[in-house]
Amino acid sequence: MNEAHKGLVVKQAGPLTLIQDAGRFGVGHLGVTQGGAADWISFRWANWLLGNALNSAALEIVMGGGLSFETEREVRLALTGADLDAQLDGKPLAPNTSFKLLPGQRLVFRQPRQGLRAYLAFPGGLNAPEVLGSRACTAREQLGGLHEDGKPINVGDRLTWKGTAPAVRRIPESQGPRMPASGCRLPIVLGSQIASFSGHALFQAFNQPWTVDNRADRMGVRLTGPALHGSLKGIISEGIPLGAVQVPPDGQPIVLMNDRQTIGGYPRLGALTPIACATLAQCLPGTQVWLTPVSASQAQDDYRHQLTVWR
Amino acid sequence: MNPITEKRTERRAERRIEMRVETAAMDALMVRLFDTIDEANMAWVIAADQKLRSTFGSALIDLVPSYTTLLLHYDCQQLTHSEAIQLIHKALSGLTPVDTQAGELHDIPVWYNESVGPELPMVAKRAGLSIDDLIAQHCNHDYCVFALGFAPGYGFMGLVDESLATPRLKTPRRKVAAGSVGIADRQTAIYPLLSPGGWNILGRTNVPLFEHAKRGDPLFRPGDKVRFRAISREEFEADGGDTTPMEERP
Repeated sequence: MNEAHKGLVVKQAGPLTLIQDAGRFGVGHLGVTQGGAADWISFRWANWLLGNALNSAALEIVMGGGLSFETEREVRLALTGADLDAQLDGKPLAPNTSFKLLPGQRLVFRQPRQGLRAYLAFPGGLNAPEVLGSRACTAREQLGGLHEDGKPINVGDRLTWKGTAPAVRRIPESQGPRMPASGCRLPIVLGSQIASFSGHALFQAFNQPWTVDNRADRMGVRLTGPALHGSLKGIISEGIPLGAVQVPPDGQPIVLMNDRQTIGGYPRLGALTPIACATLAQCLPGTQVWLTPVSASQAQDDYRHQLTVWR
Repeated sequence: MNPITEKRTERRAERRIEMRVETAAMDALMVRLFDTIDEANMAWVIAADQKLRSTFGSALIDLVPSYTTLLLHYDCQQLTHSEAIQLIHKALSGLTPVDTQAGELHDIPVWYNESVGPELPMVAKRAGLSIDDLIAQHCNHDYCVFALGFAPGYGFMGLVDESLATPRLKTPRRKVAAGSVGIADRQTAIYPLLSPGGWNILGRTNVPLFEHAKRGDPLFRPGDKVRFRAISREEFEADGGDTTPMEERP
């Protein structure tokens, strides 16, 4: 086999491993969802570690669950985000570093110890077909992915990459991605429909912790707690921004994530900031979170500050 | 000027837009033009869509029009929140509606049959119509495409005659076949690809909505009109239509 066709072969599939990049933008009006790495901060760090363009396609690995790879040629990979008890030939790998794999070596992801989603970046980014301007894999839409069918990574898949000589970088101790602890804060920019909720509901929304439910995926994360009620049961369907916190009639909020439907008809409290969405994407079911209101301009300052770390 | 055009001009002049710009997220604003669903909204929504796209240029990340609103996601590395709000007001001041006749009229052949449209009898019974009359009624209106969403290429259309209005199924199906034509309340739509769904399914079309969407070229665009046309099983099959019956019953 030609050296360039060799790659990383999937020996065992985990519960959910997807090719992701920054997401599919400019196509929301077609009904096409955004997709993209749910914890975009860890995803960017993974690419940064190898000196890649920050939106290069990488793997988003949920839970681990025995996912394993064997490499056919030497390669340097970067691993960030959740600690999924990754091991290289049985030796533990520290998260938020890059490491070298030699032909025949086996990389295994066992189970989450901290966080939920790990990101594995490849030199120059993974090779995958681009659909509507992105390599993001969205299962529900059957878009993107290695075989252009929206399917997750599976046994026998061979992953190849674009680059040859990645950089060797280290994340400064004070800046690397941190996995959220129970009781973490999720900044939320309040929306106009906030006025339709009762004063009591608003007090409850922001003055007690919410529990991340196990009904959580890339479309939405349900939070459980006291039922929030308001005067609106439904609204005329309108566009849904990333992080929108919608409240269906049962009063239990759902945070709409990267693979959300593009329009929807439940009233909303507002939308989590992109940084809060990255945090929530790492919360295991049972984690307690606080919704903490923030102004749009404060949220933008925090967001721009986050972007400066990769300059 | 013929009488029809005159009437339309009058109606346009009567309508005044009271636009509101609301915060939707850190870097997203909701432009609210109307509070009720109306086919006449579309000429304004499309006009606003065109204006916002040209005004924001590279600072626009996504713009999602719907029945009464447009959700604008801008690049907060280029604009602050208040600059984006000002730009929206600037773009939409003196807005005039587009000519709704500019939208395309799509002819959609549908095989209406209980095997692929399990709710045909129920919807007919509710409406007090025979199945044939129900089909004729569903084909008897040029539906307006209000919005694309839910799935790539999925067009929310309406308004269905009030007699046919049927609420969504209590328990959504886990699998609705691609090409299924359904109604929910006074809306009608086609499922572009196999997906879960709770609409009342009346029949199936072989028009490839998803393939169009995948190329970034959806068959339907907001403001287009859609006319359904009943075809026989033979015609449907000859066109390559999949006659596999809907598996699940709600």
